[in-house]
Amino acid sequence: MELFRKSGRELSAMMLKREISVEDLLRAHLCRIEQIENKVKAFITITEERALKLARELDRQLASGAMDDRLSDLWGIPIGLKDNLLTRGIRTTSGSKMLAEYFPPYDATVVERLTRGGTILMGKTNLDEFAMGSSTENSAFYPTRNPWDLTRVPGGSSGGSAAAVAAGEVVLALGSDTGGSIRQPAAFCGIVGLKPTYGSVSRYGLIAFASSMDQIGPLTRDVTDSALVLNQLIGYDPRDSTSVRRGTEDFTQALITDVKDIKLGVPQEYFEQNIHPEISQLTYKAIRILEKLGAQVEEVSLPHTEMALPTYYILAPAEASSNLSRFDGIRFGKRAHEVTDLNDLYSLTRSEGFGSEVKRRIMLGTYTLSVGYYDQYYRKAQKVRTLIIEDFARVFANFDVLISPTTPTTAFKLQENLQNPLAMYKSDILTVPANLAGIPAISIPIGFDSTGLPIGLQILGKHFAEATLLRVAYTLEQELGLLAKKDWGITR
Amino acid sequence: MVPDFQPIIGLEVHAQLVTESKIFCGCSTRFGAEPNVQTCPICLGLPGVLPVLNKIVVEYAIKAGLALHCEINSICKFDRKNYFYPDLPKGYQITQYDQPICHSGYLDLSDDQSQPFRVRINRIHLEEDAGKLVHKSEDCGSRSGVGLVDLNRTGVPLIEIVTEPDIQSPDQARVYLNALKSILEYLEISDCNMEEGSLRVDANISLRPVNSNKLGNRIELKNMNSFRALEKALDFEIRRQTQILSNRGQVIQETRMWDEKIEETIVMRGKEDAGDYRYLPEPDLPPLEISAKWIGEIRKTLDELPHERRTRLINQYDLPEYDAQVLTIDKRLADFFESAVSEYPNPKIVSNWIMGDFLRLVKEKDLEYDQLILTGRYLAELLKMIDQGIISGKIAKIVFEEMFETGMQPEKIVEQRNLKQINDKSQLSVIVDKVLANNPAAIDDYYAGKERARKYLIGQVMKETEGIANPQLVVMILGEKLKS
Repeated sequence: MELFRKSGRELSAMMLKREISVEDLLRAHLCRIEQIENKVKAFITITEERALKLARELDRQLASGAMDDRLSDLWGIPIGLKDNLLTRGIRTTSGSKMLAEYFPPYDATVVERLTRGGTILMGKTNLDEFAMGSSTENSAFYPTRNPWDLTRVPGGSSGGSAAAVAAGEVVLALGSDTGGSIRQPAAFCGIVGLKPTYGSVSRYGLIAFASSMDQIGPLTRDVTDSALVLNQLIGYDPRDSTSVRRGTEDFTQALITDVKDIKLGVPQEYFEQNIHPEISQLTYKAIRILEKLGAQVEEVSLPHTEMALPTYYILAPAEASSNLSRFDGIRFGKRAHEVTDLNDLYSLTRSEGFGSEVKRRIMLGTYTLSVGYYDQYYRKAQKVRTLIIEDFARVFANFDVLISPTTPTTAFKLQENLQNPLAMYKSDILTVPANLAGIPAISIPIGFDSTGLPIGLQILGKHFAEATLLRVAYTLEQELGLLAKKDWGITR
Repeated sequence: MVPDFQPIIGLEVHAQLVTESKIFCGCSTRFGAEPNVQTCPICLGLPGVLPVLNKIVVEYAIKAGLALHCEINSICKFDRKNYFYPDLPKGYQITQYDQPICHSGYLDLSDDQSQPFRVRINRIHLEEDAGKLVHKSEDCGSRSGVGLVDLNRTGVPLIEIVTEPDIQSPDQARVYLNALKSILEYLEISDCNMEEGSLRVDANISLRPVNSNKLGNRIELKNMNSFRALEKALDFEIRRQTQILSNRGQVIQETRMWDEKIEETIVMRGKEDAGDYRYLPEPDLPPLEISAKWIGEIRKTLDELPHERRTRLINQYDLPEYDAQVLTIDKRLADFFESAVSEYPNPKIVSNWIMGDFLRLVKEKDLEYDQLILTGRYLAELLKMIDQGIISGKIAKIVFEEMFETGMQPEKIVEQRNLKQINDKSQLSVIVDKVLANNPAAIDDYYAGKERARKYLIGQVMKETEGIANPQLVVMILGEKLKS
């Protein structure tokens, strides 16, 4: 099997046994990038030279032998970072013209953590501008394509990260998930995507979209790699006041094929959202497999599910309208020229710098926060958010995990939803509730539709119950045996 | 007949807190540094940064709240106030909108006629300061000039103290402000320097016909850069609004700014131009919980407040109320008094010196109390030197002035300038003889019964000794010699 088809854990073991060098592994992926990147367009910036230099340095450290006890499970692994994660001295655009030439002065906390773990940054991956979108078509640079079918979108907004992993350009990548931006592209690209509990991973250095929902998480080829990345990512950060102080946890301990006595709820409302029949069928099939293995399965109800999407599209743009105010052309980033006064500077900079979806959401958010509309929209949405949180709390009093499809459809065609924002928003209908409630959720591949496109299954858990999610996901992954299939995860 | 009008005034005071670091990051808050050196990605509002609340700021706000008899909320939260301006890097100010840290306090005061009045405090909330804009017109005169932004001040912690509209005259406004300033200084949480902008005050004022409950339209007043300016602006507004109302006109609700040059208030913006700040709860900061235990701990550290100290000075040192009042206006003044008294236990004499020469010099030299270098101990030493006859009271005033300026020990000044009193009888006797020998005419006048001649001769002796002869001794020796 080619190196670029293997998982991080396998590759890391090969390097530690000196079967391959770090540079060998890196070159295998660089070679893959060379072959297919012009078709997939997963990256905005590729940091080849820097990566090679670091790979050689790691090889030297390995040769010196003094390193072994300090090695993480991700040591020497080439990774991608969604381009809204700040990297010191490396251009970070957030997919926007506003930051087309922005070189941050500091690393995001997650970047520091992965760097300390010995990973090698391969490049910054494409995204919908400021993470606003579900197809990566809102990137100010170019759309990314789905490696399974280049006429289709990879999902979004972490579409670049998902496509890069699915296409074998990097072993794993980080994305951010505000309403499904990790899980939906993971489902569309046939890989594993995990959104951790709000507060478990530091947001310091993530360019904010909707601060009360943003979370950073891994996109990986298998469940095991997700556990390895979580081991690196999760932890208290004094620089993020919403970060939670908890004891350290080794998530690889959760990787067992055992779901006996796991109480598994199947939320009925999630299957009533125009889900494509093939997706429903495959999801139920997976649920039956888990039942057979000893999970206790029951239907449950989350009555406010229907309100999640409208609630999200009030709260997220409201926060975004405030978060994006700092892009004003005064201190950094793009500044419009030929202006006559200060207002002109603001409006021209922002008119030229932001794309249409970002403007749409800024206007939405500005509107719902305005005097006279606040109670009607923002305050009401906050109340509904509480109801959604209570829905989950009620169900999780009796259940360990909930299972649903990740998306109502498989990957759609490029341009298909671009002129119809509402249709695009509906792509997140099953993923948004987890963000509103702050609970963890994972999407794993469970098979294909009749046209050969990957289908994802979503597992939702209680706050800080990532280990339970991983355990159920791992069991299903092993049972389905998809990883062993020859053409799994590779561009056709 | 035109009815009389009663001014209804409320004040909003912004006070910078004197913490080492800013409210949401570790940058220094020091005043007067080179532009933009006290900044970091957080206070510059760069992408990806998050605020972390400085705990000391919370403690200071609680102190202020306790001193102003406020209730401290066990849970409060932060909000974003959104507007665009180059001195506001994030495009929003983190403040507290509907759940301030303190509320419902009061301050009991008495006005210039010693009439008591109470000002209720509506709320105290925490917020971050904005930066500073400097406008420079370009040398070549092209276009409209350049705006420069200094973000050192961005993120400096502020408390905003909002009163109820309980103030009824410009005098009362001044009394309230002085008392508030003095409390914040006593608590050592703000240095209340209006010139450096560490204390800023906005006012709102309306007029109500006497014997009526109907409030007039409210005017917001801004841009008063001193207590004096506040009084003048309020005076002006009362005159302006009285004139409008007397002519059966209507005061238009608006924001006006005080123009120091023309000594008038001018329109800044109308009601309809009031900004919509689109407040939203700050998602980057969890609600702030304040336990009763924490408040209790802070209460224990509360220093004596001005009115408490005033009462103590009266009781402990037997000072007249007026002296105690003056001495406690500023904590540093009262500290100076007590440190002098601890070494020179005659409070009234110390108080006389402070209220006399000391405050005269402070005023003449236009000094702030924190610029003073003279210590209470040196004043005590000086007073002891008078008692011991080392210097005369007159010379002491000279020494005091030098001490005040240089901070030198009085003994050193006396030594260096050779001001020690001549108490040696034989030495003085020689000088008296010399003066008598040189002034035969005055002696004749004296024997002719002219008392003035004796005073003249004493003056000559003092002149001869450059003022350091012991005057009592001179009188005695001269008397003896003239008698013989």
